[in-house]
Amino acid sequence: MARLSSGYGGRDSLLRLLAHFFRIDPPLLLALLLLCATGLVALYSASGQDLDTVLRQGLRMAVAFGAMLLLAQVPSRSLRLWAPWVYAGGVALLIVVLVAGDVGKGAQRWLDLGVLRFQPSEILKIGLPLAMAWYLSERPLPPRLGRILVAVVVTAVPCVLIAYQPDLGTALLVCCSGLFALFLSGMHWRLLLGFVAIAAASTPVLWHFMHDYQRRRVLTFLNPESDPLGSGYHIIQSKIAIGSGGTYGKGWLNGTQSNLDFLPERSTDFVFAVYGEEFGFIGAVLLLLLYVFVVLRGLMFAVGAQDSFERILAGSLSLTFFFYLFVNIGMVTGLLPVVGVPLPLMSYGGTSMVTLMAGFGILMAINSHRRLLA
Amino acid sequence: MKRRGDAALRIWRNRSRLLLAVFALIGCGLGARAFELQVLQHDFLLGQGQERQQRVVNVPAHRGMVLDRHGAPLAVSTPVDSVWADPRELLANKDAWPHLAKALSVARAELAARLAEASEREFVYLQRQVTPSEGARIAKLEIAGVHLQREYRRYYPSGEVLGHLLGFTDIDDRGQEGLELAFDAWLVGNPGQEHIVQDRRGQMIKRLQSVRVAQPGRDLTLSVDKRLQYLAYRELKAAVQRHGALSGSVIVLDVHSGEVLAMVNQPGFNPNDRGGFRKAALRNRAVTDVFEPGSTMKTFTVAAALEQGRVTPLTSIDTAPGRLRVGQHTVRDRHNLGVLSVSDILRKSSNVGASRLALAVTPEALWSIFSRAGFGQSSGSAFPGEASGSLAEHSRWREIEQATMGFGYGLSVTALQLVRAYAAIAAGGVLPEITFQKRTEPVEGERILSQRLAAALTQMLEGVTLEGGTGQRAAIPGYRVAGKTGTSKKSTAGGYSDDRYMALFVGFAPATAPRLAAVVVINEPGGEVYYGGQVAAPVFSKVIAGALRLLDVMPDDPRVFQASAGTVGDAS
Repeated sequence: MARLSSGYGGRDSLLRLLAHFFRIDPPLLLALLLLCATGLVALYSASGQDLDTVLRQGLRMAVAFGAMLLLAQVPSRSLRLWAPWVYAGGVALLIVVLVAGDVGKGAQRWLDLGVLRFQPSEILKIGLPLAMAWYLSERPLPPRLGRILVAVVVTAVPCVLIAYQPDLGTALLVCCSGLFALFLSGMHWRLLLGFVAIAAASTPVLWHFMHDYQRRRVLTFLNPESDPLGSGYHIIQSKIAIGSGGTYGKGWLNGTQSNLDFLPERSTDFVFAVYGEEFGFIGAVLLLLLYVFVVLRGLMFAVGAQDSFERILAGSLSLTFFFYLFVNIGMVTGLLPVVGVPLPLMSYGGTSMVTLMAGFGILMAINSHRRLLA
Repeated sequence: MKRRGDAALRIWRNRSRLLLAVFALIGCGLGARAFELQVLQHDFLLGQGQERQQRVVNVPAHRGMVLDRHGAPLAVSTPVDSVWADPRELLANKDAWPHLAKALSVARAELAARLAEASEREFVYLQRQVTPSEGARIAKLEIAGVHLQREYRRYYPSGEVLGHLLGFTDIDDRGQEGLELAFDAWLVGNPGQEHIVQDRRGQMIKRLQSVRVAQPGRDLTLSVDKRLQYLAYRELKAAVQRHGALSGSVIVLDVHSGEVLAMVNQPGFNPNDRGGFRKAALRNRAVTDVFEPGSTMKTFTVAAALEQGRVTPLTSIDTAPGRLRVGQHTVRDRHNLGVLSVSDILRKSSNVGASRLALAVTPEALWSIFSRAGFGQSSGSAFPGEASGSLAEHSRWREIEQATMGFGYGLSVTALQLVRAYAAIAAGGVLPEITFQKRTEPVEGERILSQRLAAALTQMLEGVTLEGGTGQRAAIPGYRVAGKTGTSKKSTAGGYSDDRYMALFVGFAPATAPRLAAVVVINEPGGEVYYGGQVAAPVFSKVIAGALRLLDVMPDDPRVFQASAGTVGDAS
């Protein structure tokens, strides 16, 4: 870390100066830009070579990078002050959305503010790690049982609200960001195991409250070939797409599974299958390495953070990003059930892009904060 | 505080290391999964993909056109689309049903019923043979589970005019009747197969390669002249209507080549209107129906007598008192015609005279000339359902039968056989080979009469259409017409009917250098007018007059030619 941040005196380039001034971490920025560029390349193919779609997504990326730049300037002190309000505001909006939200694709997720339509659940992707880091770091760590229980409630409330919309994927991600924070705060192993046991025991209860389509997805995951025309269709087609890519891929724009419309949701949740078909195993590994680099960079910032608030926050955000990736690729390659989780930075769509980049802005802020102190 | 904070930091470090390890493992797991799918299972999954994306489809072959002798299209296959569905897919897509029903112009309930009935199947036709533009409109709806299939549909531009001759094809474009059936093997193509790439909805995206090239069927050029066909159709229909007849037929032959230039029947049917076929109207009566030829056979009786040298055209035969006793039976003429020459027997159509001539020759001689003229056997036209008529062996003839055979009772013929036999006289004694295909080179027929005998018969038959003959109304100004009338009583269960007749005229023109032979059959003309000379002869005159003009045949009758050169051929 020291080496990376020490070269400012000698060969000052304008870029470095700018990066320093805007508290930007150039390696992370570069990796993010590469991922976004790859996303646009894959989207061009997945959208049936529709330049408009690509341009719209490019515009969203620009907005998202703006959000990152903005949050990179916010000192962690301010973040700590905002944390409970962001969380409270997010939960309030979730309640509003349940009462008066727009229905899209059979679920009540959207809030229409006239000029802006967005999903309040996205706020919680940042808001919950913030709140958890804030609450857990208020008192010395590791936390005691009482605090842990409160923290569990803090996590559970938005998760239940999101799952009720119903949006299982986002609920899962938000829940995990909270659990990661708890885990990183150093809660005792025995308590952890206890929670796991309770969670396992409550699975049948969860099953009872699941929607039909959610149950179907789980069953389909267990045996996708049982219903090749129905729910298993996504998984089979996606596996075929990835597998027919082979080692080197069929080449950009040559993926038949996607071009012939066999692959569903190919510009959103299943974009990795398009990429895998066209760029092959080599391309898939390179992409995974790029993602892993981004996560490692985030964890590095966490390691070098100054206090437990920053540590927990940075750790939770990085790990959640990785979890995001894992769930999506696991789903697309048939390792996990189909839960509607997009591939971070590559799937078509706006809100999650902004949230993700805002998260990276916070990571950069934590990093620069440390650097300034050093 | 400090100590506890240190401990917390230590725990944090351990945990983040642990998480790092776990996530590194997960990362490797994802990489390994990619390896499994993309390297290890590559071939299998590639095959699975191709199985879904590629398909071998049939390529329909274009059925050959049927053309008239001048190349005018008579039967044409045009591309159409058939709409089919995969019910299992479409049943899951009920939202699209109202749009689909509208595009197909069927009631929603009917569509729903059809799909419910076929719900277990993978294929059901929703609508056969819609026009390509309708097909495109349905394709544009992009309803999952609804597909189009390219087919061909047969159209008959001339409709009813050529209905009997052409017949029709079924929905799979195979010949079912008429020449479509007779020449099915020639017309039908050989469907091909090709390998295609399809998208999820089964629409073809591109052709990969041809497995077997579709062989289009060959075109068939008929001997028929569409103009003559129209003419014959028009005149026959008018005559059948005017006389309130049950049915009728007209055939026009080229006397030398045996080509059928026109063949029409009434009642007719429109082969384009597959819904409204009446069985009785489907028959090509000109070749499928037989009748007793009556007086039209007297020509061949005279031929037998002349051939045997028993008489000459000028030999006198006494037909008084208009009846002739043969054993138990009596042959009658309509009036007492007195003493007639052999020519006059034809001109006045005397039954008694014809019986005397028939009894003057041996049964074998009479049978021989009938048989050589093609009666009692198929004409060889190969038209589906062709009848051969009946002509009993001469050894079994009784005397009265020999006498009635002489004026055309006791045997049955088709219109085609009758006109062919007259064409033989026209062609100088050579029986032409009947064909429905245009001849490119002459085919020599069998000689059945000497040239001299044929010439003598022609001369006698000319008398029929002249002043005092029964067939005057067959005359055509400017041309010399040879022919014979016939009015045969129809046989019924209890003998011969006294009020149901077949009105016939058969002949050829121009008599000096014959080109066309034609037969007109009017079955059961109603009312008081029923003689062949009254009902059938005018039709012959109109059809042949028009045909000769259309074919640019030089007039051969100098009297009229000189008198009214400007109106030659205007036969009405």
